[in-house]
Amino acid sequence: MDVRVRDLGYVYPTGVEALRGVTLDMASGEAVAIVGQNGAGKTTLVKHFVGLLRPTRGDVRIGDWDTRTKSVAQLAARVGYVFQNPDDQLFSRTVGQEIAFGPRNLGLGESEVRARVAAALETVGLADQVDRHPYDLMQTQRKFVALASVLALDTPVVVLDEPTTGQDAAGVERIGSIVERLQAQGKTVIAISHDIDFCAERFPRVVVMGQGRVLLDGAAGDVLARAEVLAQTYVEPPQLARLALRLGARRAPRNVVEFLQVVREEVPFT
Amino acid sequence: MIALDAVTYTYPATAQPALREVSLSIPDGQFCAVIGANGAGKSTLCYALSGFIPHFFRGELSGRIRIDDVDTQAVSLAELVQRVGLVFQNPFNQMSGAKFTVREEVAFGLENLGVPRAEMQTRIARTLERVGIADLADRSPFALSGGQQQRVAIASMLAMDPRVLVLDEPTSQLDPIGAREVFETIRALIEERGTTVILAEHKLEWIAAFADRLVVLANGRIVMDSSPRQVLTAPELERYHIGAPRYVQAARAAREIGLWPADRDLPVTLDEATEGFSSSSSLNSTRLDLRNSRNSGN
Repeated sequence: MDVRVRDLGYVYPTGVEALRGVTLDMASGEAVAIVGQNGAGKTTLVKHFVGLLRPTRGDVRIGDWDTRTKSVAQLAARVGYVFQNPDDQLFSRTVGQEIAFGPRNLGLGESEVRARVAAALETVGLADQVDRHPYDLMQTQRKFVALASVLALDTPVVVLDEPTTGQDAAGVERIGSIVERLQAQGKTVIAISHDIDFCAERFPRVVVMGQGRVLLDGAAGDVLARAEVLAQTYVEPPQLARLALRLGARRAPRNVVEFLQVVREEVPFT
Repeated sequence: MIALDAVTYTYPATAQPALREVSLSIPDGQFCAVIGANGAGKSTLCYALSGFIPHFFRGELSGRIRIDDVDTQAVSLAELVQRVGLVFQNPFNQMSGAKFTVREEVAFGLENLGVPRAEMQTRIARTLERVGIADLADRSPFALSGGQQQRVAIASMLAMDPRVLVLDEPTSQLDPIGAREVFETIRALIEERGTTVILAEHKLEWIAAFADRLVVLANGRIVMDSSPRQVLTAPELERYHIGAPRYVQAARAAREIGLWPADRDLPVTLDEATEGFSSSSSLNSTRLDLRNSRNSGN
């Protein structure tokens, strides 16, 4: 489902102007990473997608819905939002109940709810934790519970806020493959992340934000090569891209295979 | 010096120990990084080193934990905070909840230590400047982004100037350059103050660039303990579910197709990787070899 943001401005009640005219189109089947320094406006932007914030100016459309005319509950049927801090999101006594909460609220029958809970837990690798109390799990596992509760809603748009924080290599790999699967299912996947290597490897499109504006928006290989613009918002190109750029490349390789290609084809030698 | 001697620890109401027979001695002024898969025991080790085990988390502890000549089990947590500071993984848990501005929050620990007011103000100003949040001094700690809160948590500990600083994934919510700056700040602190630093992290690039020593935990045990270079280029790292650093991955893959010389050490930093890939003696001659072998039809 398309997400269309038009000249979005947002001023917090404290007077902080967090968004200063953001225009962005994201389509079904796209995986988009949003990067930028702490305080750049990334989370403020995506909170508009689920109606947690309302535009000061401009508008946001989720499919044919203008978010200003829809409640948070209505928008939850279209946009699943995994919070940065899972503790902002989890409240049930067991992992199973936590994940069942959303589908039940959508009015699904018990057997369908059970099937969705099982499938979501399987996807995040917590099938054996269904009866545990969420707070008995490690923080990184709680993040997977929060992710599973959103997967179980099966929304056409999925927003992930800092999905890889604190995850080890296996966890990052699992999240990456979930992103790719959601994208293959035709969903619109949007992630906010400081993990720039993860963004490069898993997201074909990267949006760079700084001071409430979009600084860059395009294919990961192009955007992540713009070191001087990235630095304005406290982001560096991914490790292999920095290496390739130092060696004279013009594109940012997204992974080891691309790096070797870039080194072979692009790096000038005398 | 901070030392663990055969430390085994089990959390309350759990069956398996989170730390098993861990012995680790860290001399003054050393920057020791700790890595491991989730659940390997990194946070538990941080709690044990900072006295939160056994003073805050109960459970079952055997073995000894000493900071210089003080047994951490023999003194209270209040006495320990003057020697060792812990920066929590989740900065929200670090906030006192009793203060309305960042400046007051950072002052909280100093007030408890009885630092005179004038010195307190100097220290706070210097620390906020140092971690790049001078402009947030009058903001509420709870109206900040995760990354900003993380800097406040780091500042709160740095202001107390502990001899030993323990940090549990202190950069997890920081923007990329912010994360590097935290490592730079820690390194500078060690050079200036001789602080001993233990840091649990996943960011291998900055560990390689800044740490003196790297310990790998798996299932509550220390399984590797060496220089970052030794550890990060070791093939067995994978066995402990830790991916090799990107530069190591790239050089290994390049070595297989002759783009990285077989006799050259694998690179763990950007500089080493740049040097290795751009040195004419390796890359250019190998390219030539490849071209020759292609021409000769092999």
